Amino acid sequence: MDFPTQSSPYLPVDNGVGRLMARVSVALLPGALCLFWFFGWGVVFNLLISTLTALGAEALMLLLRRRPVKASLLDGSALLTGLLLALTLPPLAPWWLPMLGAGFAIVVAKHLYGGLGYNPFNPAMVGFVVLIISFPLQMTLWPPPQGLQHDYALHFGDTLQLVFGGTLPEGRALDSLTMATPLDNAKTQFGLDYTWSEITATPLFGRFGGYGWEWINLAYLAGGLWLWRKRAIQWQIPTGMLGALFTIALLFFIADSDSFGSPLFHLFSGATMLGAFFIATDPVSAATTPRGRLYYGAGIGVLTYAIRTWGGYPDAIAFSVLLMNMAAPTIDYYTQPRVFGHPDK
Amino acid sequence: MIEILEQPRQIFGGLRLAANKAQSLRTPLRSAPLPERLIVPLSQHIGEPAETLVQVGDKVLKGQPIARSLNYISAPVHAPTSGTVTDIGEYAVPHPSGLKATCVVIHADGADRSADTGLKMDDVFCADPADIRQRVREAGIVGLGGAGFPTAVKLNPGRPVELLVINAAECEPYISCDEALMCERTAEVIDGVRIMRHALQAQQVVIGVEDNMPRAVDCLRRGLEAAGERDIRLLAVPTVYPAGGEKQLIYALTGKEIPSQGLPADLGMVCHNVGTAAAVARALLQGEPLISRIVTITGAGVSQPCNLEVRIGTPIADVIASCGGYTEQAAHLLMGGPMMGIPLPNDRMPVIKTSNCLLAASVEEIPPPPAALPCIRCARCTEVCPAYLLPQQLFWYARSRDFDKVQDYNLFDCIECGCCARVCPSHIPLVQYYRFAKTEIWDLERQRTKADLARQRHEFRVERLEREKKALEERRAAAKKGLAARPKSGDAEAKKAEIAAALARVKGKKTQPATVSAMRGSADSEQGPGSDTGSDSR
Ligand code: SF4
Ligand code: SF4
Repeated sequence: MDFPTQSSPYLPVDNGVGRLMARVSVALLPGALCLFWFFGWGVVFNLLISTLTALGAEALMLLLRRRPVKASLLDGSALLTGLLLALTLPPLAPWWLPMLGAGFAIVVAKHLYGGLGYNPFNPAMVGFVVLIISFPLQMTLWPPPQGLQHDYALHFGDTLQLVFGGTLPEGRALDSLTMATPLDNAKTQFGLDYTWSEITATPLFGRFGGYGWEWINLAYLAGGLWLWRKRAIQWQIPTGMLGALFTIALLFFIADSDSFGSPLFHLFSGATMLGAFFIATDPVSAATTPRGRLYYGAGIGVLTYAIRTWGGYPDAIAFSVLLMNMAAPTIDYYTQPRVFGHPDK
Repeated sequence: MIEILEQPRQIFGGLRLAANKAQSLRTPLRSAPLPERLIVPLSQHIGEPAETLVQVGDKVLKGQPIARSLNYISAPVHAPTSGTVTDIGEYAVPHPSGLKATCVVIHADGADRSADTGLKMDDVFCADPADIRQRVREAGIVGLGGAGFPTAVKLNPGRPVELLVINAAECEPYISCDEALMCERTAEVIDGVRIMRHALQAQQVVIGVEDNMPRAVDCLRRGLEAAGERDIRLLAVPTVYPAGGEKQLIYALTGKEIPSQGLPADLGMVCHNVGTAAAVARALLQGEPLISRIVTITGAGVSQPCNLEVRIGTPIADVIASCGGYTEQAAHLLMGGPMMGIPLPNDRMPVIKTSNCLLAASVEEIPPPPAALPCIRCARCTEVCPAYLLPQQLFWYARSRDFDKVQDYNLFDCIECGCCARVCPSHIPLVQYYRFAKTEIWDLERQRTKADLARQRHEFRVERLEREKKALEERRAAAKKGLAARPKSGDAEAKKAEIAAALARVKGKKTQPATVSAMRGSADSEQGPGSDTGSDSR
């Protein structure tokens, strides 16, 4: 009897890029739901516009590059890019903002660099940075979190009109519908020489990470831990990033607790947890060696703190990730593990 | 002093795989029926092929040598049963290269009459270790764990051995031949281990099993007790693939790492497979050379999975037939396990000394490989690599044929265990790339040494010609002088003497290389193997 042959190992695979990306997407759900709860329908619109654009752009680029469209769309990487970008955008942003960001992320940051596996920079973060540099005003359109301000809450219809038509609800100015995020607020107030305890005296700052934001971050943290348990991500990058961010924030806070934010605030505000577990862990653009990933994460943590504290932008995950993306090949080169049976280096 | 750990360590990386061993362990070990025709390859081991001692038409007896080894690293081959040699020629054999190899074909006469092999030793535990090694060599024993390195060579590491490690950690899924052996031929295993200990003069012995084979542990423990043997340790290492790799097992048992490109002997250890130990006992206590082995026949593609004692040379089709034949699901045939096995294109090939398992797998067990995607640098491969390599870097450089870089990333420390490929979400056939790179590098090196050799040979030749020319001229000059001086009478006698001397010279020249190679091939030159890659493991 004759048999076909193939090469070892032969056991059925129990892993796949599609499955990996699906897991990451599922793990985003708790955080996304929290975001929706606190910031309303704009979050859903962002998600829809961003993912659809990402998928469309991916299909288009695959067609142009004559690659198999269906298989590549199913690998879920474009979907994930769309999701991640959407979750960082302000919920009242006009419809073209997520579209532009997602399109740029897929077309330029991913495919012009060679597509899946070849992009040196995290596509979603490239999209984000392009938007924040080009449209700083639109990037601040965060509504007050649900439950913080009771005089007016945007409903589905209002948000739809605002996002897609640019029309405001009657008798309302845009300013009255938006509110600075805790990170943004803290930055401004520090600039005005308020102390940390004065700044955080308002309800906007919640218990430790900002009203609403602390829950959102906790939800991302839960999703991230689940991913780690499922082995979809490894512990080094989140640990490195959160550890470094916490440590440096703690040092400054101890030194001068008036002019610097608390370490917990840094951990649970803004995009910290989303960044640590979902963005910095994007495998393609991160460092790959075990030790390297720890340094890579730590680098992101330190840069995040530095830019948040002394830089020109309230949050800094995107810039820090991109900067460390640049450093990844070098980190990899200098952190090769000792091979079995080789002497210690 | 090498310390054997109280609590064996967990190896780095690796995979927890479904064992799938129960199927083949359900029925007791039995012997496969004698086939009509046996195809016995001359090279079933690492090293030089053996040289045939028989001709077509010869009658042979069971256990009679049919090929002898000419080199130190080689092993003789014996007739697995009595019968007639009907052909000596090229046949397909189970080998990763897929190439044919010279085989002796024997038609069995059914009588299974044994030859007197003279291997048996009455007082093996008092015998001279060199004598034991000589007989192990003559018995054609090679590592039965898979690599097939001549055992006599590994019994002679050329330096004092502190620790003998018996590898009984059968870590690859489906394979259960060692477990069956330990459960059903416990005494033989223990005898073999003791003989090896004596031959190596090893101070300590440890048998390493996996902790998922409690029955084997039980049998061995009782066997050791019954033999009154207190100095053989038995340790169960955590079950994780590839804990049965030689380097991995030694690490798990002693916490020591065999140096890269080195041997256990560098650390005063020697590692032998448990089946090999039993084969040694069989040869020296019963006089039977290595003419059969235990084979696991398993997978959804075979009707009655089991362990069988099979004569070397039995066509695989016959072996499968004696397990009730194939099921309808049979889609693939492997020699070895599902992680490192060799794919077989057909079942007309023979069982050889290193055939530990025949896996007839269904499509569910061995699905077609999914299409590969680009590497997403997720480093899942790094997490599971037991050699602490960076598989994705190896892949990158192997694919771009950057052979210097791929060696910088220590390609040659890769043990081809396949863990990386198994977890790769992009389904990249990583091991295939590593094998490709290794083969290419070896080829390049071979070409280089060939060129070097050719140059050397050429230089030697030029030099020799030069020397000869000079000598000739000198002789001519001398002859001219002598001729004048020599008396004319007795000329004929002088000529005769000269011719005799010349003849003797020629003869001497001819026999000289023969003696050299005979010496080299002589059983027990007390020199260790130069570069032994023989891991007697999986
Ligand atoms: S597991 Fe596969 S995809 Fe992931 S880094 Fe290794 S080779 Fe690349
Ligand atoms: S096949 Fe080689 S590179 Fe892959 S896991 Fe095994 S040792 Fe590491």
